[in-house]
Amino acid sequence: MSAFIQYTLQGLAAGGFYALSALGLAVIFGVLGVVNFAHGACYMLGAVAAAVLLDQIGLGFWLALPVVTILMFGFGVLLERLFVRWLLKLDPLYNFLLTFGITLFLVDLVKRQYGVSSLPYPVPTQLQGRLEVGALALSKYELFVAGFAMLVCLGVWLLLTKTRVGMIVRASTEDAERSRALGINVGRWVTPVFGFGIALAGLAGVLAAPTRSVNADMGSFFIIILFAVVVIGGLGSILGAVVAGFMVGLVEAYGQAYAPAFAQVLIFVLMAAVILVRPSGLFGREEAA
Amino acid sequence: MSQQLTQKVDVDLPAQSVIPQARPGLRWLMLAVGLVVVLALPWFVYPPVAMDIAAWALFAISVDLLLGYTGLLSFGHAAFWGTSAYATGLIAIKLGLPFPVAVIGGAVVAMVIAIPTGYLAVRRTGIYFAMVTLAFAQMLYFIANQWRDVTGGENGLQGIPKAFFGIELVETDAFYFYYAAIPIILIGITIAWRIVNSPFGRVLVAIRDNPARARALGYDVERYKVMVFVLSAGLAGLAGGVFSISHGFASLQELVWTTSGKVVLITVLGGIGTLWGGPIGAAVVVLLEDRLASSGFNGIGIITGTIFVVIVLAFRHGIWGTARNGVNAWLNRRRVKTGQRL
Repeated sequence: MSAFIQYTLQGLAAGGFYALSALGLAVIFGVLGVVNFAHGACYMLGAVAAAVLLDQIGLGFWLALPVVTILMFGFGVLLERLFVRWLLKLDPLYNFLLTFGITLFLVDLVKRQYGVSSLPYPVPTQLQGRLEVGALALSKYELFVAGFAMLVCLGVWLLLTKTRVGMIVRASTEDAERSRALGINVGRWVTPVFGFGIALAGLAGVLAAPTRSVNADMGSFFIIILFAVVVIGGLGSILGAVVAGFMVGLVEAYGQAYAPAFAQVLIFVLMAAVILVRPSGLFGREEAA
Repeated sequence: MSQQLTQKVDVDLPAQSVIPQARPGLRWLMLAVGLVVVLALPWFVYPPVAMDIAAWALFAISVDLLLGYTGLLSFGHAAFWGTSAYATGLIAIKLGLPFPVAVIGGAVVAMVIAIPTGYLAVRRTGIYFAMVTLAFAQMLYFIANQWRDVTGGENGLQGIPKAFFGIELVETDAFYFYYAAIPIILIGITIAWRIVNSPFGRVLVAIRDNPARARALGYDVERYKVMVFVLSAGLAGLAGGVFSISHGFASLQELVWTTSGKVVLITVLGGIGTLWGGPIGAAVVVLLEDRLASSGFNGIGIITGTIFVVIVLAFRHGIWGTARNGVNAWLNRRRVKTGQRL
């Protein structure tokens, strides 16, 4: 039983990375209609940026969380302004291909700059070790990641549902044309939303840095899992991204614990099952197909 | 008066419908030139690299069959290329059959794999189709990685023989191997050409342009998509089989998603919806990577990524598409001019 709880915690921590990133992917897709292939690369950049900032100027984990997130927001704004915006009127496949090209570029650039071996990144001192609860010994850092990711997801959800900005973004997601007709300047929100989505991927990267190996390739499998997450959750759906993110994290953790040979395949089996039963995803709408 | 009328018609019609395809004479000339280039290639390019170009060309054509002619972007075609690379290798190693037989066997295995994948993937369209195919390809990657007894895991499958009816020259010399293997590639390209120019191919284009209308006309759209998906997987399988025989090994590299991405890059670079685009894109990318690798430059992705971004932003018709449109526009202008002179 105690082992099961530990696996669950591991799953929720890993799910936190997926949920945050998938949330960013979902928000971008909702407003821009773009599936950002470079999302995995942005997750990687977040982690690498944290490691480099620590190495170069001694910026600690707690400061890296906001600093790298803001930097990645800026990076996202730049990407949108320079590249993505020119293809928004065309078939979304073109932006998928564009961001794929950007991914190749970023991954090999980081590889050239920092090599292929992993950059060291320690767990922050406050979160090292384990928390003893009765017979359980839970990793403090995993507890923090799972809790923090859920809080951020909740925060984003509140932002989207309770504020005026969120209402505008949701309206643009729902029906950009009608929002425009109602006098909302949808175009104004395109750039910040893209930056926001990238910032979430960067944040997930910083959170992952202490527990995953930080290198140029860390995003390349991550992005595929992320696609499985959004296919399972339903691409247009914010809630779907978060729920499916944690779900996939759990499946991965239980898989690694109880059936290590099939751990990675399980996620895709789950995806295949969802496509068979509900092609538009667990929380997706039919017409979003 | 009548002269003015014809002129007007010529000017108003878009380039595509004035010359739907190259004139027959021009097409035969292009085919002849293409064939000469294919046969002369190993004289000018290091033969194994020439073989790579040919394999990637057929691979790109298999992707274009879906992307250009059916409107489906498969971002997981490495699944079929890679599966066939392994299956071909296993057949060649375990059964010791001549390599063309092994390659055909590999292609059949790829098609079998494509049936369930295609069945699931065609339930979604557009960007979802791309993501679903990508995810399934990754699943195969993980399976190949785990199934060490058969695939050799991270070491890959090594020592694949080039058995060819005991003809030693082919089995040991890459130059002669090229001529023994190139018919497989050419047959693959011919099959693609036949598919595109068949009634079946016309239905595919109809589905690409307006799926709802194709359905209303009584075509089972999903069934057609699965069929072309499986056919395309077979062509990718032929290419992947030739590739693994040529290299003498099959590795996880053949199944990883960057391989799927590379073939899409080649297809888009050459020109979507043009069978000529695949070979041209393959030649450019393979030669470029070969030069960069031999010059010791690490970070090929920086270059290929940049090329891809530029192509997608500025030259979406690709090399062949841009050239063809340019020539067509020029021919039209000339036709109008000569009309005026008459």
